[in-house]
Parts: sequence; C-alpha cells; structure tokens
Amino acid sequence: MNGPELVAVRPAADDAPLEEEFEVAAKRQAPWRMTVRRLFRHRLFLMGLCLCSIILLAGVFAQLITTADPVRLAMRWRFRAPGVDGFVFGTDNFGRSLWARVVFGAQLSLYIGFSVVLLNAVFGTLIGAAAGYFRKLDNALMRVNDAMMAFPAILLAIAITAVLGASTFNAILALSIVYIPRTARIVRASVIVLREMEYVQAAVAAGAGHWRILRRHILPNAMAPLIVQLSFLFAYAVLSEATLSFLGLGAVPPTPTWGNIMAEGRQYLVEAPWIITIPGIALMITVMGLNLLGDGLRDVLDPRLRIQQ
Amino acid sequence: MNPLIEFSGLSKHFPVRSGGLFRRTVTPLRAVDDVSLSINSGETLGLVGESGCGKSTLGRLLIRLMEPTEGSIRFDGQEITGLNAKAMRPHRKAMQIVFQDPYGALNPRMMVEDIVMEPLLIHGAKPDADSRRLVGEMLKLVGLPTRARDRFPHEFSGGQRQRVGIARALILRPRFVVCDEPVSALDVSVQAQIVNLLQDLQTELGLTYLFIAHDLSVVKHISDRVAVMYLGKVVEVADKRAIYASPQHPYTQALIGAVPVLNPRVRGRGKRQRISGDIPSALNPPSGCRFHTRCPHVMPICKETLPPLLETAPGHGVACHLMTQTRA
Repeated sequence: MNGPELVAVRPAADDAPLEEEFEVAAKRQAPWRMTVRRLFRHRLFLMGLCLCSIILLAGVFAQLITTADPVRLAMRWRFRAPGVDGFVFGTDNFGRSLWARVVFGAQLSLYIGFSVVLLNAVFGTLIGAAAGYFRKLDNALMRVNDAMMAFPAILLAIAITAVLGASTFNAILALSIVYIPRTARIVRASVIVLREMEYVQAAVAAGAGHWRILRRHILPNAMAPLIVQLSFLFAYAVLSEATLSFLGLGAVPPTPTWGNIMAEGRQYLVEAPWIITIPGIALMITVMGLNLLGDGLRDVLDPRLRIQQ
Repeated sequence: MNPLIEFSGLSKHFPVRSGGLFRRTVTPLRAVDDVSLSINSGETLGLVGESGCGKSTLGRLLIRLMEPTEGSIRFDGQEITGLNAKAMRPHRKAMQIVFQDPYGALNPRMMVEDIVMEPLLIHGAKPDADSRRLVGEMLKLVGLPTRARDRFPHEFSGGQRQRVGIARALILRPRFVVCDEPVSALDVSVQAQIVNLLQDLQTELGLTYLFIAHDLSVVKHISDRVAVMYLGKVVEVADKRAIYASPQHPYTQALIGAVPVLNPRVRGRGKRQRISGDIPSALNPPSGCRFHTRCPHVMPICKETLPPLLETAPGHGVACHLMTQTRA
C-alpha cells in the first residue's frame, strides 16, 4: 500500500534526524523511570525518604523489635530515664516501656495516615474528576466543598470526633472528611486544564466515551499534582491525629498513640521530660520526612515548578 | 462533483457571562455566524483568516467537537447535527482532525503505538496482532520507522509528532479530515514536508480536507478552493486560481496584498490594498458589513445592511456591497 512514488516525494532528510535521535534515545526509558531517577538525584527527597523509612520500618516491624508490652502496667518500673534498667527510651508514669509505646504509636500513626491518604485518593479523585469533567456537576459539588473548607481543618475534625465519639476509626473518618474537599480541589483544577488538551479532543473526535477519556487521558496526567498533595496530606493527617489524641479524641487509652503519650507526659514535664519529648521527636521526624518527600516529589513531578528552577 | 460535507446557517455563539453574583448572560460571542458552504468529495478547501476569526471553531463544528448554536451539517447526504453520541459513532470514523500543536496533541503518557491504535480500539478492534500490523502500516505510510511504535511522544521532534498525529487521524480510514493549522507550529523546512505528506496521503487515500491556516502561501499550495473568513463570516470563497489572481472582496485583496513578494521587480506592482486597525471584537461586531470599520471602499449602505454571499462568477462567492453596486 506504500506506493514507491510516495517515498520519492517525501524527502528522506526528515527521517535522518529520527534515526540519529533514536541512537540517543536508546538510553532513554519510559517517563516513570526517568522520574524515579530524577527523584533519586534530589538530595532533600532522599533525606525525607530516609526519615520516613525509619518510622515506616519501626511501624511495620513493631511486633518484632519490641519485647515489652506497650499496655500492661508495671508500677515498680515507673519513671526510668532513657537507658536505665535496660529501657532504651525509659518508662512512663505507669512503668510501661516508652520504646514499645512509641513504636506501636508509630504503627497507629502510619495506619491512620495511610487510611486517610487512601480515602482521599479515592474520594478526592472521584469528586474532583466529576466536578472538573462534568461541568454541570461543578457548581453543586464545589459549593459544598467550599462550605467544608470554610472551617479550619483541625476545628472541624475536633467537632466531628466530638459528635461521633473518640476512636481510631472515627479519627480516620473525621480527618478524611476534613481533607477530601482539599484533595478534590486539586484534582478538579488539573482535570479542567486537561479536558481541553488536544489529545483529549482527538479522543472525542475518534468517538471515545467519557469513561475512556477519564481513565486513559485525564486521570493518568492528573496524577502528578495529586501524588504531591497526598504526600503532604500524609504529614497533615499524622499531625492532626496526634492533635486529636492529645485532646483525648483519637484512639482510646491505653492504646498508645503519640498524641496520648504526650498528653500523659505533659503532667510529668519536669520530673520525666523524656515521656513527652520522645514521641514529640518521632512526630517531628515523620512530619519533616514527609514534607521533604513531598517537596522532592513536587520539584520532580510538577512541571510548573521545574520551569522556575 | 458531489459535496461530501455541506453546512448551512451554521453558527456558534459562546455565552459570555458577566462576573458578579447574578451571572447575567451578556451578548453572546459570535465565533461563527451564519456560515454556509460545501466541500466536495476529494477536494481541499483552504480556510484562511486572521486569528480569532472563527476558523478553528468552524472546523471543530464540522466534526462535531463542538455543538453548533444553529444551523445544519450534512455529511455524505445525511444530517448529523443533533445526533447523540451513539448515533454519531459511525460518522466519527469518517471524519477526523489533525491539530496545530504537535506537543499538546499527543498524550505524554502513552506510547506511539497506543496513541495510533486507540481509535481502532474505540471502534471495537482488539489490541491484537492485526491491530499492531495496521499501526505499523500507518506509521510507515506517514514516514515514520515502525520502531517508533514503542517510543513516547517526548522522544520526537515537532514534525515527527505531527506525523504521529496524522497517523492517528488516518488509522480509521476517514473520508474527511480537518487540518487545523497543522503546520503553523513547525519550522518552515518541516512545514513543506508535512504539507507534501498530507497531499500524498490525499491522493493515496482519497481524502477530503478542510485545511485551516493563516499562511496564504501554504493554503495556495495545497488547496483547490479557498474560503476567507472575517469575524465569524465567510466573505469570499472561490477557486484557488480565481481568488489569488483576482480577489474581489476588499479584505481578500488586502490579505493577498500583504503577502511578501520575493522578486523586487514584481514587488510593488499592482494595486496594493492596505488596511489598518485591529479586527473588531466578536462580542460587539460592527453593524451591517463586519468589515466596514476597516474597509477602504466603505459606503453608507455597508453600515446598515449585511451583504449576502453572492456568486459573481460561477463558483466565486463574495459578500460585499461593491459587487451589487457596480452591477446596478
């Protein structure tokens, strides 16, 4: 079907640079591999990754790296300073190993963080994509969104948990409700831009349905800002969860969380400052690690910021 | 010659809302205003005009990427305005579009093979060896090596991307292709290659083109007939030779007079019409003839009544009061 005169008419010159470029391109890879390589060259991202890995490993292997029960009381061993009597991080006012409590607290923080991020990824994308793509839904969805966002995040979370009662599940629910509108806004903004792209128009011209356009063309290209947002969201969720349980609105004691360990430690700030300090440091490491991670992801994934550099 | 696509009274008005609490709809922006034309099977209709005159909007209306506010489009004798997505699908196969921006037209996360194959999949093909073979043949046809198939768009130059875009548009074997400024974003040397490719493909596959451009020399090269648009209206349409040799409408005369001439001996010969000023806003178009604010031959009647598109010679339509005035 490729007529010989066709080859003759077309100048060969244009194909030559193609060959040349492909020689260079042989070393190149799929976009995601290039992204990963760029991430691993980003120094702050690596630092964030290290900090997060510490907490992640502690949380995942909590059962393996602790021998003490984080919950059982042992009044004989109260207020041991870090290092004394074999307690790495010391003990609290009930003689419980702080090491065990902080490590299990990490597990809970990560569990809550991941749950909130997952719920946000699902529902934030759903709401944001619906509002951005189907313009008729936009006004209705976004006005509700705006109403939710009018409340300060932590205040709304406190109100929701106060109504529902203190529990791990309710904390996850409250934090998700608070943050989903924020995630939805980010997704909506990118979807509005992407739906006007010419490759989307081309798919429409070919007869593609809404579902195909969203799944193949819009959502994959909307992922970058969403991933960045979710990495920051993880940090907010961990921090807010600590705040809630500090106020007695998160997981119910004696379940250890960083927030309620600190709340208890607050009363012994002078006699046993390590009780409040150690979970505080753990919280700081997590939030800082996630923020650095998020910064790195933003630098690499978000092209608008890449241009500025 | 029978028309493949004909449209009449075609308009696209964009509602422009005022800001503020109540969002009243103000005067609509008339991007395309009551345009009627037909394109014959196998020909290339060039569509030229300044930026913002509604050329692209008209192109998108024809393949129903946008819904017209008014008017009807008949494709191959069948009315296609008002068809729903399902009824439109078989027609979608027959009409495709090539875009201006070779960077925005390809999904950066899909490999060339997936990009070119997608229209096939939409129309029920399976991603099997057959489809892969079709994609390979199409890539060859547009002048890309078959191993381009597992590359991503960012690995190509502008001209090569445009070839991928053409391959995607042609894989369904359409009969009508809207070329929406397909070469405006390319280097001049690459422009010639793409234009030649489009012409080769036209003869090979029997395509009908609507070729939108603002570069008159490119349009002259590729078109059989040329339509000139000004502010949402077609002001002149004629055979290529007729329109370049003896443009009738003052706006067309000015456009053609503005083309730089290479030969200094010929340069400055003939009457050169100049117009000044900017194209008026489509939000608030001038009364009567849209061009009267800039026309060097403006008469009182021009401000009052809109001149209809009349045939001054067979196949040569002009919308200007000068035509009727000189005859009268």
